[in-house]
Amino acid sequence: MKFNTDRLIFVFLILLAGCGGGESESRVESGNREGVFHFGNHAEPQGLDPHIVTGIPEHHILTALFEGLVLKNPYTLDIEPGVAKAWDISDDGLTYTFQLRDNASWSNGDAITAEDFRWSWQRALSPILGSEYSYMYYPIENAEAYNTGRMADFSQVGVSVLDDHTLQVKLHSPTPYFLQLLDHYSMFPVHRATLESFGADSDRLTAWAQEGNTVTNGAFVLTEWQINSHVRVEKNRSYWDAEEVDLNAIVFYPTENLVTEERMFRDGQLHRTAEIPLDKIITYQQEQPEVTRIAPWIGSYFYMFNTNRAPMDDVRVREALAMAIDRALIAETVTQGLYTSSTALVPPGTLGYQPPQLFTFDREKAAELLTQAGYPNGEGFPAFDLLYNTNEDHRKIAVAIQQMWMKNLNITVNLVNQEWKVYLDAQNNMNYDMARRGWIGDYVDPYTFLGMYITDGGNNKTGFSNARYDEIILHEAPAELDKDKRFALYHEAETILLENMAILPIFTYQFKHLYQTSVKGMPDNIMDYYNYKYVSLDSEG
Amino acid sequence: MWRFIGFRFLQAIPVILAVITVTFFLVRAAPGGPFDQEKAVSDQVRAALEARYQLDLPMHEQYFSYMSDLFRGDMGPSFFYPGRSVNELIIQGLPITAELGFYALLTALVIGCLAGVLAALKPNTAQDYVPMSVAMIGICMPSFLLGPLLVLIFGIWLDLLPVSGWGNSQGDKILPSITLGAMTAAYIARLSRSGMLEVLNQDYMRTARAKGLPEYVVVIKHALRGGLLPVVSYLGPAFAALLSGSFVVETVFQIPGLGRFYIQAAFNRDYTMILGTTVFLSTLIVIFNLLSDIVAAWLNPRLRYQFRK
Repeated sequence: MKFNTDRLIFVFLILLAGCGGGESESRVESGNREGVFHFGNHAEPQGLDPHIVTGIPEHHILTALFEGLVLKNPYTLDIEPGVAKAWDISDDGLTYTFQLRDNASWSNGDAITAEDFRWSWQRALSPILGSEYSYMYYPIENAEAYNTGRMADFSQVGVSVLDDHTLQVKLHSPTPYFLQLLDHYSMFPVHRATLESFGADSDRLTAWAQEGNTVTNGAFVLTEWQINSHVRVEKNRSYWDAEEVDLNAIVFYPTENLVTEERMFRDGQLHRTAEIPLDKIITYQQEQPEVTRIAPWIGSYFYMFNTNRAPMDDVRVREALAMAIDRALIAETVTQGLYTSSTALVPPGTLGYQPPQLFTFDREKAAELLTQAGYPNGEGFPAFDLLYNTNEDHRKIAVAIQQMWMKNLNITVNLVNQEWKVYLDAQNNMNYDMARRGWIGDYVDPYTFLGMYITDGGNNKTGFSNARYDEIILHEAPAELDKDKRFALYHEAETILLENMAILPIFTYQFKHLYQTSVKGMPDNIMDYYNYKYVSLDSEG
Repeated sequence: MWRFIGFRFLQAIPVILAVITVTFFLVRAAPGGPFDQEKAVSDQVRAALEARYQLDLPMHEQYFSYMSDLFRGDMGPSFFYPGRSVNELIIQGLPITAELGFYALLTALVIGCLAGVLAALKPNTAQDYVPMSVAMIGICMPSFLLGPLLVLIFGIWLDLLPVSGWGNSQGDKILPSITLGAMTAAYIARLSRSGMLEVLNQDYMRTARAKGLPEYVVVIKHALRGGLLPVVSYLGPAFAALLSGSFVVETVFQIPGLGRFYIQAAFNRDYTMILGTTVFLSTLIVIFNLLSDIVAAWLNPRLRYQFRK
């Protein structure tokens, strides 16, 4: 008797069919029925301590677990009461008095008091903790001094407890967007007793924020956290507004690989994706527009110049490079409508602000400027390196721009892509000629962009320095209460920035997600912000 | 036999020490550090972070501190995940990667040996060409192509198997195991085919057949032991290939294993995690190579006498 291969293959196939069999109901369908939202969250959260982490995946989970003084309406981005049920702002815009609600509590039953906020903010500002978002607190009087170690006494910082449910905050200048800052996770409260039971509160290495240990105050509580697998949060029955919460649970998946994520969506495993792969966008827009959402996002895509290095030290060269790019063409053909052309730093419409329009695509003018700078028709212009972080989109855009410069200015540019940390390192040490940069606003106000370019600002890294710009950004604008006058000041500052062409604006961002049709209550807004109290799953959808 | 094993074991220790040392210094030499973020960090914050993770100490002090912790079995805190230790993360990721590797190896052995033995029994016929060509797919197609292809066919078009995950839905272990095992299956097929061919032509095979034994007894009892010897020697490097191949498969199928931690750690410059995983994986590879040598020596007694003069 010989080896009977046919029999073997037959047995193998039986085993295969027995193990598989497919799914009778997809995860999305069972989620719709049970109120469980399956959320593609791009990356594994670094941690769930709101004062330490810095990313967007963390933001999505932390806003489910914790609640700050205020919340935002996802349709209008207006401020809504959170733990604070009402507040008073003094006429000079410097003093905020918050009334906390009586029925807000931690997930272990403890009541939330004003002292919880005071203590949490002190912890977040502790110099030893090393919170990377501590600058969000800086509008508060003396917060920066305390955080940088120049002042040791926290009682001098503008946060005080008037009684158990009244918190008073003093700012050093009227900051119109201050309420928006309060909804950022870096300003969320944390539970003192829990932190202290795990060790020194300013030690970032304790395990207090993990599954089974953490105590939170939001609409959901943490029930499962399996690293690189999923994070599951379930509805907090004792949340003060639990009646308004439709969802029963949210499961966050670290879908790092965009292509795998899209397959998961197609297979009915996710309700929402973090991204859409670039080469699938057109197909989705044409065949399934009801699940595709692409909308403006408060972010700016630009190249930065190292103005300390030749030839970038000549403003005419920088202007020439900026004017020689046909942004509309790239937006249409290379990036398929994913980005919007921009010739300014601040995205237009940010709270109604319109940025200055100083130049357009003009190849004659660009060539003329280059000639004036000493490089007629590009002769003698040294080849320089354009740095960008390894990413297919950035590469395509850089290649298109490189070709435009070659064609319109007759100059050579080398494209250098670097891995993320190497690229950050080059920027931090100003070891580059020109580099790609992206900046997403932390809140809806032009200041989140303009604040970067003060002299020696940590996020500046271009060598740009202008006394009038500093004066406006550091002193005049924060003190101006009238919105129109403040915007006029911003306009002046941005004009200075663009006249000096310290950065080369290219696009403003759009976010792109896929949503199953059963998802309700996640409208598009410029912050790409979700308020889970508004979200529900339609079981017919 | 014991001298052989002892000698091999002694050889392994300096290898592992060298791996640790080289990795330690290499990782710190790479530009960009664990605390470089896109948003600028103030000097005080940076100083506080570096002090907490001992990065402000001179390099040799950091090294000795790390080595002394390592001898006590403590691989340190993860630089990227505050509050988690490297030991904890490895313990979480390891069982999954090990299971994936085991199933992949099983798949590779089954498919590979079957294809190779069948091919060797009737060389240069259809029974030879068909299995070997199918096996070639494993060598020609990289896992990041084969994986998504299998997902497309079985997961989306035929809707038979899940597209991602490990242990969450029924049958989600099949596609990743096949994807990972494919290349090893191909090599095993070739090795077993050539091994079997060599054995089947030996005189003692002719003797066995002449004795009147049925063919399957001849093959299984007499030929296999000698014919599969090259496969056994290959198992050590095969394991190493499977471990490193698992990184890609884990990314494609969203499997929370050690491979994904490893890639993330390199990307995030999580020094302790990179070191810990490297130490762990290189120790495993050394052990597996050792085991593979031992099994080969057991099967083939001639190899045991390498060290006698």
